[in-house]
Amino acid sequence: MGTNAGLRNINDKSMPEANLPALDLASVSYAYGKRQALENVTFSIAPGRFAVLLGLNGAGKTTLFSLISHLFATRHGRIHVFGHDIDRRPGDALRRLGIVFQARTLDLDLSVHQNLSYHASLHGIRSREANRRIHDLMQSIDMSDRLHEKARSLSGGQIRRVEIVRALLHEPSLLLLDEATVGLDIKSRATILADIRKLVEEKGISVLWATHLIDEVSHADQVIVLNQGKLVANGPVHDVVKNAGAETINEAFSRLTGIYALNAGNRL
Amino acid sequence: MTDIASHAPIGRSRFSLMNYLVCLKGILIREGLRYLNQRERFISSLVRPLLWLFIFAAGFRQVLGVSIIPPYQTYVLYEVYITPGLCGMILLFSGMQSSLSMVYDREMGNMRTLLVSPFPRWFLLVSKLLAGVAVSIIQVYAFLFIAWFWGVKAPPSGYLLTLPALFLSGMMLGALGMLLSSLIKQLENFAGIMNFVIFPMYFASSALYPLWRVQEASPLLYKICLLNPFTYAVELVRFAFYGQIEWTSLAVVCGFTIVFIAGAIIAYDPSRGLVIKKQEGGNN
Repeated sequence: MGTNAGLRNINDKSMPEANLPALDLASVSYAYGKRQALENVTFSIAPGRFAVLLGLNGAGKTTLFSLISHLFATRHGRIHVFGHDIDRRPGDALRRLGIVFQARTLDLDLSVHQNLSYHASLHGIRSREANRRIHDLMQSIDMSDRLHEKARSLSGGQIRRVEIVRALLHEPSLLLLDEATVGLDIKSRATILADIRKLVEEKGISVLWATHLIDEVSHADQVIVLNQGKLVANGPVHDVVKNAGAETINEAFSRLTGIYALNAGNRL
Repeated sequence: MTDIASHAPIGRSRFSLMNYLVCLKGILIREGLRYLNQRERFISSLVRPLLWLFIFAAGFRQVLGVSIIPPYQTYVLYEVYITPGLCGMILLFSGMQSSLSMVYDREMGNMRTLLVSPFPRWFLLVSKLLAGVAVSIIQVYAFLFIAWFWGVKAPPSGYLLTLPALFLSGMMLGALGMLLSSLIKQLENFAGIMNFVIFPMYFASSALYPLWRVQEASPLLYKICLLNPFTYAVELVRFAFYGQIEWTSLAVVCGFTIVFIAGAIIAYDPSRGLVIKKQEGGNN
């Protein structure tokens, strides 16, 4: 399947967006009361890059996503999406963002088409254009025949794929996926990951893929590692591995998040 | 890359009026579809006031006499008196039902899809409010239709003239529901809304008894009724049925609508709001 049907190519250099970082975080901190969830996080993602945000549960990935998607206000630091400050110009930033949340967010009582139409309207897309995009994208994931079924009748993997289609409907330039493959079987995981990588390759969409599953990292990816709210690594895979004094990304992740020490301790 | 000065704002584009209308339409359709999918909600929204009309009002007809008070020109049956209050009851329950659905949406994650729309947050919330009010007005007219067969009839023009009053009252009560939804942490806490908001608002108002009767029975309760915005919503609807405007009620309903909407917008604003604080415990 290919989820890139009907999407424009943002690598077009005539577009001013192509010259700005897709996502840029500068000294972002966030606390829940006294508990510091994020501390001075700074990184950026170039247009057309596939960036993997790695972190254990509780590392701050979901908080970071909530800040980038303006569900939380950035109290310390700044976040820019293609040059648009998420807090000062949320509309301009949000229209460039496609978001797949960790929790399932389809309305199970509505049909797939109704869910997708609702999302299109939330981006001001008129029904004729919305129907065209819905048709094209659903066809590209071989799910056209499920369009008028209730979302409740879909499997977990199918719901996820529809959510990805939904996130692509308004033709975003940056796609955020928060643990998009959690709870899915190996085949569904592989299919979804391959689709997203294809989008990056063919259409130049930038992706921030949050996960705690190391096997989802590819050699060409940018890797950002969060541990207990702090950025502990950021860069190409080989740099992260080298800087951590490891031989593989798996080992590097273990070292950076303290699992390595924990495992070593267990062996004693 | 992280130099803020390098972020020259580019590609700013504003939504046209048509885009806003498309968004509003989408939210209205979604609310309507949800309502159609929940037939029991429609039935229960009708059963509740009809029970009051068929049983309570019929039983109390002989006990509670209603003297000639504006807007009535003559003695009216208790069923006639209570009907605007029952319309208010539908709006009140519907407003609270909307708040319940917002809490549900928030818990299930659906609310996020609305809040990450690039349209201004105030517009999204007001659109959601309008959608809820549209649904509740349909319920009111379904109730009035059945009541008409029961012999409870307003002047024919009253059915049309009361529409703006129903709309305003619905907006006020819906906005209150929206504000409350920002204060409720979990769905289970909604029972508290029933006990501490819906019932006190409904009973301490002019919905069931004229205020002069309340004053005779308890001056304190009378004062409470006067402080209750629901009283003014009911009176606004009551006078509208007879083609009259009760100016005090209109002013109070408009005032509270503005206050509640402003409160809800502030509560759902990520930089100031209460909603996210309610969720903070579970996120990381």
